[in-house]
Amino acid sequence: MRRLTPYLLALPSWMWLAIFLVVPMVAMASVSLQTGNAIDGFAMTFSFSNYGDAIGRYSTQLVRSLLYGGMATVAMLVIGYPVAYWIAFKGGRRKSVYLFLILLPFFVSFVLRTISWNFLLADNGILFGTLKGWGLLADDFHVLATTFAVVGGLTYNFLPFMILPIYVSLERVDPRVVEAAQDLYATRAAAFRRVVLPLSLPGVFAGVLMTFVPATADPINAAILGGTSNTMIGNIIQTEYLTNLNYPTASALSFTLMAVLLVGIFVYARALGTDNVLEAAAR
Amino acid sequence: MSARGTRLGDKLLHVYTWLVIVWLSSPIAVMILFGFNDKKSKSNTTWQGFTLRWYGELFDISDLTVALRNSLVIAAVSTIVTVVIGTMLGLALGRHRFRGKGVTNFLIFAAISTPELVMGASLLSLFVSGNVPRDANTIIIAHVLFSLSFVVVTVRARVVTLDPSLEEAAKDLGATAWGTFRQVTLPSILPGVMAGAMLSFALSIDDYVVTSFVNGSTITFPLWIVGAVKTGIPPQVNVMGTLIFGIGVLIAIGNAVAARRRI
Repeated sequence: MRRLTPYLLALPSWMWLAIFLVVPMVAMASVSLQTGNAIDGFAMTFSFSNYGDAIGRYSTQLVRSLLYGGMATVAMLVIGYPVAYWIAFKGGRRKSVYLFLILLPFFVSFVLRTISWNFLLADNGILFGTLKGWGLLADDFHVLATTFAVVGGLTYNFLPFMILPIYVSLERVDPRVVEAAQDLYATRAAAFRRVVLPLSLPGVFAGVLMTFVPATADPINAAILGGTSNTMIGNIIQTEYLTNLNYPTASALSFTLMAVLLVGIFVYARALGTDNVLEAAAR
Repeated sequence: MSARGTRLGDKLLHVYTWLVIVWLSSPIAVMILFGFNDKKSKSNTTWQGFTLRWYGELFDISDLTVALRNSLVIAAVSTIVTVVIGTMLGLALGRHRFRGKGVTNFLIFAAISTPELVMGASLLSLFVSGNVPRDANTIIIAHVLFSLSFVVVTVRARVVTLDPSLEEAAKDLGATAWGTFRQVTLPSILPGVMAGAMLSFALSIDDYVVTSFVNGSTITFPLWIVGAVKTGIPPQVNVMGTLIFGIGVLIAIGNAVAARRRI
């Protein structure tokens, strides 16, 4: 009985993950190789041409998604690192208060937050409308429906996921190590570059992993902030699945997106010298 | 120059951190503010005066109320299922050695790192292939799936810090396996279980992407909001958002205060 305990404990989750994570992936792989339409039905034809067609037709959106996701990730890193640094080293007794304030947006629904952000950026909304009223902005000034709005929205929405892991790794850095470097005549900048920064890389790695994938695949920001000329791959997959009922193309696109992201993660892990992605992600 | 430069740098960083915090909170301020907007036309995008009207007419849009209720019920049910099976797996992973542990860890990692969009799409592929009708049940299935790993990871983290000798002592004193679990193990892992439950509830009630694939004709709160973007978001949405925000913040502060007392 005792030997059976772990298996009995794991069984329900195993079944859930097998039936609803593994089997659906197989189902999606199978659908991506079928041809047909929603009215006459789909038949398995092992037509890999779905992939070629889908990528050919939507390469613009695919490339754009990777670009926007990448730009937002870099922006989050640049904006978030100093915040994490300051809270970890100078936050003092108020550290948890600052972290709480960073996490505050998560108490509001993601969708609602994006819509409020849209309110804020609206052409004649409370921010730009007021500035225009004061004559501080040209009347035709607008931010919504631009690349800047979408990348800005992604940066805004996922920023806490970048700040937290970097904070966690910086928090572990013993300040005495930095002092030691300075005692050895390292300038402040050199101590940061050669001691603090390398020690925080696992946090940077985790932060990039936690933000790049969801930002690239997110359909909400582009739908609410992007207008018609900034559609991302997430919007296409949603439309193909839910509106056009074009399941084979949509499945092929989903797989392509996942494959591209996985390859990206592994290349990135190699470049950063993290041999074991699983291990880095588990930290 | 070094010391003064350092202090100036720290000050600048301090101000900068506050600027980022203000930026992160600004949409929340807008949401709260526009819940009090006395709008006359259909759109709720310009400030037209203060009113408490929408708090009184909170449940006047019946399909919005239904959507909110659906979200709460789905979040409650999927949280209960997730916490029960996730705690079991967390215990197994944190305490026991067994075959398939590596594969399980990999599955947990895969479930966390699969983009939501792909998870939703693959579930839809399964349901379409199997002719499964989509409704609240398929939403619950999906929500348990994406919350499960987070509960497992949180509970496992708590389990590995436990001293196994406590459980052995309970057994030596004649407690049954179930008695040991209920009186020793569960109380000590409870903070992890509660954190997992809150996380799972929050993930469920907030989800748009996965839900949009598996909902059929069932509408949840986030789905309703996205659907209403084109026609204009009514102030009731802002009021509901404000109330959910307030309750969430109060619970979090209450938890933090309670945790401090215990220490």
